Amino acid sequence: MENFTPVSATLGGMLIGLSALWLMAANGRIAGISGLLGALPRAPKGERRWRIWFFVGLIAGPLLMSLIRKNFLDIQFPVSGALLALAGILVGVGTQMGSGCTSGHGVCGIARFSARSIVATITFMAAGIITVAILRAAGGLS
Amino acid sequence: MSRSFSALIAGLLFGIGLTLSAMLNPAKVIGFLDLFGNWDPSLAFVMGGALLVTIPGYFVLRKKEKPLLETQFFWPEATQIDAKLIGGAVLFGIGWGLSGLCPGPAISGIGALNVNSFIFLGAMLVSAFGYRVYASGNQGIEKL
Repeated sequence: MENFTPVSATLGGMLIGLSALWLMAANGRIAGISGLLGALPRAPKGERRWRIWFFVGLIAGPLLMSLIRKNFLDIQFPVSGALLALAGILVGVGTQMGSGCTSGHGVCGIARFSARSIVATITFMAAGIITVAILRAAGGLS
Repeated sequence: MSRSFSALIAGLLFGIGLTLSAMLNPAKVIGFLDLFGNWDPSLAFVMGGALLVTIPGYFVLRKKEKPLLETQFFWPEATQIDAKLIGGAVLFGIGWGLSGLCPGPAISGIGALNVNSFIFLGAMLVSAFGYRVYASGNQGIEKL
């Protein structure tokens, strides 16, 4: 557990919680990334505009942080190429079919004590843990 | 204040939170899912930190009549635990485990200009929007 970073994880998590709380307090909406994203194509113009600004902020946040410390943007991908594309397809379909991801179900849904979100969160975490265990056993993890 | 400006603030807070907690980094997320390897519990603390704010915050907002900039709260109404919920969560979990990426970090991290970010995001957008088109007709614009 030498990579464990409980303090920055908790503080970062609180900022994510603050974001979700603010979006509900101001716009009355759940800060679920897949929900906000999935609504983009069919949303009427005014509903689309604020969602796009949310994503502008979401992308600008890390860039601002990288001005403070450059290595905030150093990210490593355990897999690449076709496997990564397959993962992207599964995440895209899965989050729309299951109506939420780590933010919508994991943070916002659990905070409302939604049984649906608690079940979804346990399910995708279990599927993720099993997948990584298989990857590790197959030698796909460095 | 406009709804766009408030959404920009929410997006910034979310992106800064992902960066500070290092959840932007797929390798860090894999560390959490690697329960039987070199386990890194950090992600649980990210969720815990977020819930520390959202649980009491939502509790207070639940009692309010309407938000600052809207005529009503859009609290999710779905309650059914069905095959779509479970199936979707399984597919998402497999993709999450393969890549270490969920939708937030996948979008938030593209400023790193890593080619892998674009491969994942492109595939995710095509399949997410593709599913929405396929499933359209019986969905409202906001359904968690």
